[in-house]
Amino acid sequence: MNNTTAKNLALSHMWVAFTAFIVACFMGQFQVLERSGLFESLTSISLYFTSVSTHGVLMAYVLTTFFIMGFGYYTASDSLKIPIWNPKLAWAGFVIALLGVVIAAVPLLSGLASVLYTFYPPVTAHVAFYIGVTLLVVGSWVWCGIMIVMFYQWKKSNPGKVVPLAMFATTANALLWLWTSVGVAAEVLFQLIPVALGLMDTLDPGLARTLFAWTLHPIVYFWLIPAYTAFYVFVPKQAGGYLFSDEAARMALIVLVVFSLPIGMHHLYMDPEHASGWKLLHGVGTFIVALPTLVTGFTVIASLEIAGRLRGGKGLFGWIGSLPWSNPMTLGVILSLLMLILGGFGGIVNASYAMNAMIHNTAWVPGHFHLIFAGTTVIMYFTIAYYLWPFLCKKPLVSNSLALVQLWTWFIGMSIMTTPWHVLGLLGQPRRISSVQYNNVLTMTWEPYEILMILGGLVLLSSACLFFYILVKTQFGATTEVFVGEVEYAEPLHEVKELPEYLNDFRLWNKVIAVLMFISFGVPILQFFFMDTYGSSAWGY
Amino acid sequence: MHIDPLEKKWVLISLGMSALFVSIIMIDALFHSVNAPSNVETIDSRKIHLSKEFAEDNLGVQVADNGDITVRMVAGRYAFFPKKIILPAETKITFRWVSMDVLHGVHMPMTNMSTMIVPGYVAQVESSFPRPGEYPMLCNEYCGLGHDHMWSKAFVIDKEEWEAKRAKESAALNTTAIAKEESNNE
Repeated sequence: MNNTTAKNLALSHMWVAFTAFIVACFMGQFQVLERSGLFESLTSISLYFTSVSTHGVLMAYVLTTFFIMGFGYYTASDSLKIPIWNPKLAWAGFVIALLGVVIAAVPLLSGLASVLYTFYPPVTAHVAFYIGVTLLVVGSWVWCGIMIVMFYQWKKSNPGKVVPLAMFATTANALLWLWTSVGVAAEVLFQLIPVALGLMDTLDPGLARTLFAWTLHPIVYFWLIPAYTAFYVFVPKQAGGYLFSDEAARMALIVLVVFSLPIGMHHLYMDPEHASGWKLLHGVGTFIVALPTLVTGFTVIASLEIAGRLRGGKGLFGWIGSLPWSNPMTLGVILSLLMLILGGFGGIVNASYAMNAMIHNTAWVPGHFHLIFAGTTVIMYFTIAYYLWPFLCKKPLVSNSLALVQLWTWFIGMSIMTTPWHVLGLLGQPRRISSVQYNNVLTMTWEPYEILMILGGLVLLSSACLFFYILVKTQFGATTEVFVGEVEYAEPLHEVKELPEYLNDFRLWNKVIAVLMFISFGVPILQFFFMDTYGSSAWGY
Repeated sequence: MHIDPLEKKWVLISLGMSALFVSIIMIDALFHSVNAPSNVETIDSRKIHLSKEFAEDNLGVQVADNGDITVRMVAGRYAFFPKKIILPAETKITFRWVSMDVLHGVHMPMTNMSTMIVPGYVAQVESSFPRPGEYPMLCNEYCGLGHDHMWSKAFVIDKEEWEAKRAKESAALNTTAIAKEESNNE
């Protein structure tokens, strides 16, 4: 099948993603050096917050959204064996999203949008920043639409058949993103842009935070689902085995999508504008959404065990040693899971309602999400890129061993950087400070950890550069070798011949989500229209 | 459909773990009243100086007739006002925080005194400090380019010392008040 369009879409999207990534990595290194206070010549508060805001936007919005779109287009076309529906529309979505990034970049880089990627009004950025971000989201909605259309196109021409797991996961993510982005879209369109333009005098920061919380939790699952997709559909085959359970994978994905949405208020545990009952409700939901991750961990490790034993591994743990550690996908998943276990532990602390008070908004929090996002998730973005690049460019990966070095260094760098970050949080260091100005003995205990973080940052930056080099060299390097082959999707241990409709479609789950969202966010949002609230006017920074 | 018995067991174990965590949180919240700050109380941030409760004279540590201690604090770029407070150790203290401008957050390291301070809302936290010492109150939410510099100090001293100090101060205050009254009468 000629899927050149899908390949071009995938490459274009992923190049935007990884360019954003490498730029943001340099910024991250600057930040860790700046905030250590050891280099006086680097000290600049305004540059620091410009950098933090841009680093956050590039990593959390640009890298993720473009990677997910690119991976999704290729997965849809390759796993369903159908061409991209309406390629012109897909390219239009790409252009809109890219235009949004460029429009947002201007105020960001010129220091007119140092409001961090979380916005947090009433501090207000230049309106172009909000418009740019909106266009990025609109572009991604086009992708969601195309994924859903292709899902139903395939179902229509294959009645009664089981949708390939790769596409099931991709469509789940498209739907998740549509639901997720509603909150932040409402905040930007009805609060931030009108205030930034001067059309409205005030906004209610309580409402703004609630709408943002709607988005803030499921968005991390939007970023994570491509990693889980690779866990389920690539890893078992690459490791030399079978997927332990296809059905369990589908159930985990459904629970993930459904329960990641109605729980966002765990980001507002420490906020005064919500009552404790709502916070507890969202807290319980947060523990429910831990279940699909626990199931995913089980299924993936069981699949790896099958692979290890098929390769001759014996004994209780012998199969671990006989896994193909020199296969980037296998190494990637092992390192990813290690970081998931550590990061998951931290996540339980954050989720634990009252215990959260000890670490809320401290350095622990960026430590946690760098481990889970930049670690667990992004290392799988790397392995997916290493796996797909030869198919996309029709050239073999320039060097397997360089890829292994890159994955190991990323893992080591992330461990060196996030461990002291967590400790700093426990020692009371607030997140989001550019320097330590407190005249207090406590701050002296922070210094050695800051130095360790610089070291971690350097390892990470080198690893990121190596990643970029491998992709460039693979695609543009002078080689006459032609790579031929097809993407191999893992086969389940037990073949799935038929499935009940609720495990092969999302219609029912959309209704469930609508009900759950109404229950968990209905009153918390409506209360702002019933209470006598006082707006805040826009502030600079 | 095929779900392996081993996988079913694991799902049950996972459910059990989640249920355990949730029950601990619920028992703490419902029976021991360990809750995050959640009082849902509004205030006009632009008129805080005109409000009765948070007028300048009422800020800081206040002791009610029944002995309850309330600390009223205003967060504004870039400090928490008043900038220095003195608190007794081993005593329940109610903090009430408001913002006069943008979003702030405050925590005192190594304690559970932590809350977001959202403009338009009063944040109320209860805490007590077992050990005397100097506790910084740090802003933990980005509030502008001066965010790094936003902090104030709380000194926690022995309960007896604090009470003696307070008695002395109120005596001095009374003397001044009486003197004032006398001079007014003259």
